[in-house]
Amino acid sequence: MAHNMKKPRTLAQKNELWAYAFLCVPIIFYVVVRFYPTLYAFYLSFTDWDIVSRDMDFIGLENYFRLMGDSVFVKTLGNTIRYVVFGLPISMFLGFLLAYHINYLNRGADLYKTIYFMPYITSMVAAAWVWRWLFQPPPVGVFNNILTALNLPSQPFLRSTTQAPFAVLVTTVWADLGFQMIIFLAGLKGISEQYYEAARIDGASNMQQLQKITLPLLKPTIVFLVITGTIRYLRIFTQVMNMSTQGDGGPLNSTKPLVLYIYDTAFRSFEMGYSATMTVALFCIILIVTLIQMRITRSEDT
Amino acid sequence: MDELIKEFEAENPGIKVSQQTFPYENYNTKVASSVPTGTGPNVINLFYGWLPMYMDAGYLQPLPDSVFSPEKVEAEFFPLVSAAKFEGKYYAIPTAVRSLALFWNKDLFREAGLDPEKPPKTMEEAIEMALKLTKKDKNGNYIQEGWGLQLNGQIYHWIRETLVRQFGGTPYSADGRTVTYNNQAGYDAFTYATNLQLKSQVGMPMFMTDDVTAFKAGALAMNIDGSFRLGTLDAVKELDYGVTDIPTLNGISSNFASFWANGITSTTTGKKLEASVKFLEFLTREDVMARWLKDIGELPAKKELASRREFAEDPQYGPFIRGLADAHATMFVDEAGQRQVWLDAWDQVVLNGMSIKNAVDGAAKAEQAMLDKYYKNK
Repeated sequence: MAHNMKKPRTLAQKNELWAYAFLCVPIIFYVVVRFYPTLYAFYLSFTDWDIVSRDMDFIGLENYFRLMGDSVFVKTLGNTIRYVVFGLPISMFLGFLLAYHINYLNRGADLYKTIYFMPYITSMVAAAWVWRWLFQPPPVGVFNNILTALNLPSQPFLRSTTQAPFAVLVTTVWADLGFQMIIFLAGLKGISEQYYEAARIDGASNMQQLQKITLPLLKPTIVFLVITGTIRYLRIFTQVMNMSTQGDGGPLNSTKPLVLYIYDTAFRSFEMGYSATMTVALFCIILIVTLIQMRITRSEDT
Repeated sequence: MDELIKEFEAENPGIKVSQQTFPYENYNTKVASSVPTGTGPNVINLFYGWLPMYMDAGYLQPLPDSVFSPEKVEAEFFPLVSAAKFEGKYYAIPTAVRSLALFWNKDLFREAGLDPEKPPKTMEEAIEMALKLTKKDKNGNYIQEGWGLQLNGQIYHWIRETLVRQFGGTPYSADGRTVTYNNQAGYDAFTYATNLQLKSQVGMPMFMTDDVTAFKAGALAMNIDGSFRLGTLDAVKELDYGVTDIPTLNGISSNFASFWANGITSTTTGKKLEASVKFLEFLTREDVMARWLKDIGELPAKKELASRREFAEDPQYGPFIRGLADAHATMFVDEAGQRQVWLDAWDQVVLNGMSIKNAVDGAAKAEQAMLDKYYKNK
């Protein structure tokens, strides 16, 4: 009876094993550099760790109570939401506009794509410093020099609590546009030409084609851009850090996003515990927003 | 520094020093992330305003009494170094100190018909001159500033430690635990400073990105800045400038001084500790300090050395060294946070039109909260 009971594995089984083996690598990577730090942040949010010392006191919900009474947190959260609410629709709209028109081009499309995509691959730090310089008061700032040349009054831009957030947004939208455009272009290319031919035979105008064919069929693209864009705009950091004097998100916290406040708390005030509490809050916000967006798109599909 | 390290290594065979420098903004981040993991340095050089934060974190160890006893330090060094003393022990020792003085551009003085060799001695003279030295275009934009108002540079130190005292107040109580500028002296000082932008209109923050750029470009006539700026400005060949004592006001002179200090991290023990102490001893030797001044422009932290005639009467270093006599080192507990409070107060007045009283009271309240939090368990 001592026959070899092992059946030789089929090719399909072998392939499956290899697939598992390869998939393990990213899973280990995710667990080590993504999940573990995230869970650790949850733990940190219940401590008063100051980053340098070894002792971490468990202080329960104290950080969370402090968060609720923290006016800077409320202010920076408001700023962050404003960046999402104003920045994302504008950059998506402009990105679509560009993609829609570039899609019609027979010649030179690549040149336009390159030009508009360039800002997206430019280092945000470098871009932010160039924009910061453009927004300077006279006689240095280019925008103000143009205003002066046109005999218009100079503007404070980054020195004003009302104008500075928009100066930051302009920079962000400018840098983000290329990404939206490229994804929209991919989406547009994916729509079969047959639909348009049929529509034209039926005498549909360009506007009707846009409304009845293009936009509905672009829905997966739009959903993707809204979700990834929301997350990206919720995490605005680099441009504000580099465009405000000494990276403080000023004047008077008017441009400071939540992520910058988190960074300041952790690495300027060394309050790692409290900073972790805010990252947990941000995590929850992003999670909720994403779930809502996915819910909406799913319910419309059915 | 590299040269000094070589010298030290030659004098002390068997000790090897490796140095790492970081940009100012990233310094704390870098140190904070490297030391807890045990990969950090043995000797760290840090701004004195960060000391309380590092102390709180249990990050430094007291310097050994055998080499740096408080009595010895206090006898030899300028009194301002006591900002590095905690519970009777020194935790860091400076090689050099810094103070403020008035830089003025002689070419711009000539151009405005002023005597280039006669800088202002009092604030009244300074404002009078600044008005002549300020140029604006037809739309009212500054082309040239008479008086630098780069708040996040040295100007907030000037308001805090010079102007407040010139109006008869003190910014903090003697033990540094209580804010005391939220009174008439503080309001007067802050009114005086903000009026330079609002009423006299002789300058503004962020003119030409910052005061150093503006001064180098010859678009800023007078600026209060630190001794460490001499090197930067000397490198600009076409700049003809002078340095003089900070102008007095109401007959009172006052200055702000600060220092970068060297401390030994708490994880350093045994042979490494011995070597670290030796290195600090070397860095604070008189001949080494004298070289800091000549090569880098940092003022000696030892009284006797600084008061040598060759230094005290030097046309460039003289004003800074004389300034040390009535200089105060603010006892920061959170340097960046306490600076932000003042910048915000300025913006509240200048941008939002808040009353001086509300702005100063608000700043005092915010800063007091920081002090209270730090001293709560002390």
